[in-house]
Amino acid sequence: MSALNIRHVDKTFGSTQVLKDISLSIDSGEFLILVGPSGCGKSTLMNAIAGLEPVTSGEIQIGGEDVTWHTPAERDIAMVFQSYALYPSMNVRQNIAFGLEMRKMPKAQREEAVARVAELLQITPLLDRKPSQLSGGQRQRVAMGRALAREPQIYLFDEPLSNLDAKLRVEMRTEIKKLHQRLGTTIVYVTHDQIEAMTLADRIAVMRDGEILQLGTPDEVYNDPVDMFVAGFMGSPSMNFIPVTLVSGGDGYVLRVLDGDDPTGAPLELPWPAERDAQALQARVGERLILGLRPEHFVEDETRMETSFDGTRLEVMATVVEPTGADILLQATLGETEATMRLGPKSRVAAGERVALRVDMSRAVLFEATSQRRVA
Amino acid sequence: MANMVRRRSTSARLWRFGLYALLIVAALVYLLPLVVMILTSLKPLEEIRAGALLSLPSTISFEAWIKAWSTACTGMRCNGMSGYFLNSIAIVVPAVAISTFVGALNGYALTKWRFRGANLCFALLLFGCFVPFQVVLMPMARTLGWLGMASSTTGLVLVHVVYGIAFTTLFFRNYYVSVPDEMIAAAKLDGAGFWRIFWRILLPVSGPIITVSVIWQFTQIWNDFLFGVSFAGFDSQPVTVALNNLVNTSTGVKEYNVDMAAALIAALPTLVVYVLAGKYFVRGLTAGSVKG
Amino acid sequence: MSPHVSSPRVGGKGRRRSLAGQVERFLPRLVVAPSLAVALFFVYGYMLWTFVLSLTDSRMLPQYDFVGFAQYARLFANERWNVAATNLVVFGGLFIVSCLVIGLLLAIFLDQRIRQEGALRTIYLYPMALSLIVTGVVWRWLLNPGLGIQALVRSWGFEDFTFNWLVDSDMAIYTLVIAAVWQASGFVMALFLAGLRGIDDSLFQAAALDGASLPRIYLRIVLPSLRPVVFSAVMILAHIAIKSFDLVMALTGGGPGYATDLPATFMYAHTFTRGQIGLGSASAIMMLCGVLAILVPYLYSELRGQRNG
Repeated sequence: MSALNIRHVDKTFGSTQVLKDISLSIDSGEFLILVGPSGCGKSTLMNAIAGLEPVTSGEIQIGGEDVTWHTPAERDIAMVFQSYALYPSMNVRQNIAFGLEMRKMPKAQREEAVARVAELLQITPLLDRKPSQLSGGQRQRVAMGRALAREPQIYLFDEPLSNLDAKLRVEMRTEIKKLHQRLGTTIVYVTHDQIEAMTLADRIAVMRDGEILQLGTPDEVYNDPVDMFVAGFMGSPSMNFIPVTLVSGGDGYVLRVLDGDDPTGAPLELPWPAERDAQALQARVGERLILGLRPEHFVEDETRMETSFDGTRLEVMATVVEPTGADILLQATLGETEATMRLGPKSRVAAGERVALRVDMSRAVLFEATSQRRVA
Repeated sequence: MANMVRRRSTSARLWRFGLYALLIVAALVYLLPLVVMILTSLKPLEEIRAGALLSLPSTISFEAWIKAWSTACTGMRCNGMSGYFLNSIAIVVPAVAISTFVGALNGYALTKWRFRGANLCFALLLFGCFVPFQVVLMPMARTLGWLGMASSTTGLVLVHVVYGIAFTTLFFRNYYVSVPDEMIAAAKLDGAGFWRIFWRILLPVSGPIITVSVIWQFTQIWNDFLFGVSFAGFDSQPVTVALNNLVNTSTGVKEYNVDMAAALIAALPTLVVYVLAGKYFVRGLTAGSVKG
Repeated sequence: MSPHVSSPRVGGKGRRRSLAGQVERFLPRLVVAPSLAVALFFVYGYMLWTFVLSLTDSRMLPQYDFVGFAQYARLFANERWNVAATNLVVFGGLFIVSCLVIGLLLAIFLDQRIRQEGALRTIYLYPMALSLIVTGVVWRWLLNPGLGIQALVRSWGFEDFTFNWLVDSDMAIYTLVIAAVWQASGFVMALFLAGLRGIDDSLFQAAALDGASLPRIYLRIVLPSLRPVVFSAVMILAHIAIKSFDLVMALTGGGPGYATDLPATFMYAHTFTRGQIGLGSASAIMMLCGVLAILVPYLYSELRGQRNG
């Protein structure tokens, strides 16, 4: 049974529509992440789920019950906020117990719940402190404890890690993942950080301008994006978008990179894998398309063989070389675009040199230039 | 700032000296009236008549204070300031409490439960801060008459609450705007309603603004003269009106020492508050203005 | 937009709000409603009421024989009103300018890393805590020619020293200025000091590196950035000046004669002691117009600033 079911939800502020016909459903125990740039409506959607903002039309069901017009208190939801939103006048214990007290849980049970949660999150020594006496990471834990103590049907996380420093953010990310695996909780999690989305989610909903562009597993969203926005948003460094012309050649199709030359002066051409989406491409021969290649789709060709062995070999001029430690990011001109490629840490490439690369065209994607929709 | 004056050349030293001299002279000028008031109130009348405004009293006498408190004449009566002092307290305490509480509620409802028209509501309320009270005097006098509250301290409490709400609402609204909305959202999700959030979440963090509001309202109402003189009867006059009557009573000998003692009695409560909580006093003044 | 705007498309038992939800929706309005009603009646209703009274022939008691704007014509022809209005311009102008100058200078001087700054600030500001009646009483004593400052200076050997403005009809208005400035200039100082503290130190350092002298830094850089403070200070001071009533009552009683009458005392005298409610109401409405003339441009610029900021 789905824990949360959102059907055709619209939300308008004055004349601007911030949520456009949103429908999605989440299974019990699922970890769903809403991701998108700021202003995409992800926080509004979360507030609508929480009941903090009424929807203009549509229906929201929690555990099969229509809660569209329920107050936040009536929805059996707990939320962890970006600012943690701890009650400054109460100590940690009171903060965690407040929601239980409001729900008229007897005192003994409340204390038990607080102790259990504190144990789980390792904040037992902090129970008598005020929020102002806690570090950012500790506040984060208390905020999670406050949600966990309630044992609600659904947990909402609103960019919970964005106020932490980089190291703590990674630690807490792992911790949230562990908690989810251990407790089997249903979570809706908002973030603008695509790495958080990739690492934590069972499913990701990529949002833009009040719409869900794509809803799928991290693998689907990353490797099989529906359009250039999703493709560009997920992954860092971003996918390279290279304008090409589709040419019919020999036994398949070839992508001719616009303004691209290979060292011999011949036009730069990349062969499209045979059989892949042959039907869809048939009608588009001669059309201008956008080729999407992720940085890791390039591999340095250390064989430096003079003869092209499978047609995916290409040579580029390195303009910038950025070692990150784990690997080396290479900027190079590919036709009219400055493309980023991820090379192994052992690479000896230097800026201004020519580099021989191989491209894994089996993972490449193609978009229509005007609509930015996926073609193949 | 003023990092640049750290290296002390001769001219810089001269400038520092002049600066301090100027500031101290200014401080003396500001203090002069208070000092004269105190000195005069402690002197016997003959010594005052002999002149020497700033000379120390040859013998310190509290007679003027006692007379000002209990037997000085204010208009027709000669009961001193004591009764009027108590009137002021009877007006100030309920008026401050009610207006602060209402202001807190308004500020809370206007900022944390933003309903349609909340901003218009606030703008309409806010104008009460600016209206010249002369415009409301006559209608208020009539209304108090109809309500049977004319010439009573209850009537003055009503007046001060009515025209104080604009200020207290402004204070609390500006303060609560800075309380994160997420905290209120968290409490809503935790199952707390309108009143619980107010009592359990918001009021406990409102200490500073309650202090500002109480001090502001206290000084405003204690120092009020216009409403007191317009609406109070003989038995309900506040201390400022009594002071004015005492000073202007023309029967008998002019007793300057009693006048000064009475003025000090009227000034003492607000002065004490100012000395004890000056920080909040300034904050109230500026909150009512800069943010206005 | 979709045709079904406000109600959810899909039906169900949860379509309507629960009782708690209904209450939660209306409670905030309900809580603000009494205050709003009070304001509508006691502020806006009274303004209208006073305006209506100003159109009537009311004398000792309000009555409603309308005479159009005759009371305003009487008012503008009234010698005492003209004195009061002129006095307000003189008093208000001098009061505001003096407070600004003194307040700004004190603030700048106090901002030079002064030892005992807190104590000095407290001293400059304490008069603001006093009732204007107390201020009036004490300055009346200080300005009393026989026993006050004049007598004091004469006792120091300056036998010809005269400082008898309190009893001089031409000069008495300035005694109001003195007392009012004493009372309010510390407040302006506090406003400016807060403004100065808000200025980034690096601004001073950058200007000093550019070779600017301290006075030049203040004139060219600090003052312009204090403009909003000046604006709100003027606003408050003007407001104090228009409403000032207590000080006149305690210091001069409007005298000598009616030399120090202000619109506020004029209004009070005609409404409550001289049985001229119609005329008094007209003067009150003129005061309201005065306040609006200051307030409207102020609010306009504030709101515009907020929209831009």
